[in-house]
Amino acid sequence: MKSIKTILILFACAIVSAFTIKTTEGYHVGDVIEDFKLKNIDDTMVSLSDYKEAKGFVIIFTCNQCPYSVVYEDRIIALDLKYKKLGYPVIAINPNDPRASRGDGFEEMKVRASEKGFTFPYLFDEGQNVYPKFGATKTPHVYIVSKSGMNVEYIGAIDNSSRKPEAVTEKYVEDAVDALLAGKKLVKTKTRAIGCSIKVF
Amino acid sequence: MVKKCFITLFFISLLGSCKNEEITFVQSYTYNELKTLLEKNDGKTYVINFWATWCAPCVKELPAFEKINKEYATKNVTVILVSLDFPKQVAKRLIPFINKKKLQSKVVLLNDINEDFWIKAIDSTWSGAIPATIIYNGKDRKFYEQSFDYDQLETELQPFL
Repeated sequence: MKSIKTILILFACAIVSAFTIKTTEGYHVGDVIEDFKLKNIDDTMVSLSDYKEAKGFVIIFTCNQCPYSVVYEDRIIALDLKYKKLGYPVIAINPNDPRASRGDGFEEMKVRASEKGFTFPYLFDEGQNVYPKFGATKTPHVYIVSKSGMNVEYIGAIDNSSRKPEAVTEKYVEDAVDALLAGKKLVKTKTRAIGCSIKVF
Repeated sequence: MVKKCFITLFFISLLGSCKNEEITFVQSYTYNELKTLLEKNDGKTYVINFWATWCAPCVKELPAFEKINKEYATKNVTVILVSLDFPKQVAKRLIPFINKKKLQSKVVLLNDINEDFWIKAIDSTWSGAIPATIIYNGKDRKFYEQSFDYDQLETELQPFL
């Protein structure tokens, strides 16, 4: 009788914990990512497997409208110019549903990319199937992936001063890619910054 | 005579501006200064909302927070709206927005670049996306990285009262 009671209690505990443990969705540092195929602003389809020469990728969820994305545009271009030739190109993805975020439509992405002279692909997460796999919650949101095992190496912010580029004292993404290129261990694998929530219709 | 007229008009306009209660200033806080607002222990319930004028879902949910501030004022509830507008937008956007929407809740600006530090410090689960909200009363505290409507917010608030 006593053992039945114990089993029942354990069972009840199991049920309670199953509902209270918060499942953190999306990739964590170390996870292997799945490739994707998304439409670029030049109307071609882009996958990570297209990049035969790359050593890895700086994947940045970003968009046209978010002021935190806009304030980083020049710094994202600079990252691509610096690291594409070293094997870590920037891949930008707009995760927003344009019906919920005016100005973030595919045609508007083309306009913004040409105005700013984006040097990297700017992909549209049409149907919003890719960003949830990553677990991206905001723009900008960076995932650095090394190509050898397609592992996530870093998740977070671009640097430690979004609003004031002149006040940056730590360049998280540059530090991470430099370490990967040098075969060193990353000092910081996760950082945070304020951003705009991803817009769902 | 004309001079007298102008002086009278001047005072009338002064009175008028007092009645409208237009604000001209928003207090700016570093995280360390803001912390005192996030850790009060005075028996009151605080609803702290992180928002910005450029954040569409934030603007959409503001009326719910304003309504809580009004309806629950007598129940010891205080709403504080922590703006994450860029400091250079305060005069141009934030202050006109507060006046246009006639916001009654206290609005403060969080101006602290060390985001990686204070986002974690505010809540370990916060990714940094806004809107985000804290409801707390002394040591009881809950954090929400989500949008609210009035009913949801009221439901979350009830257990703190």
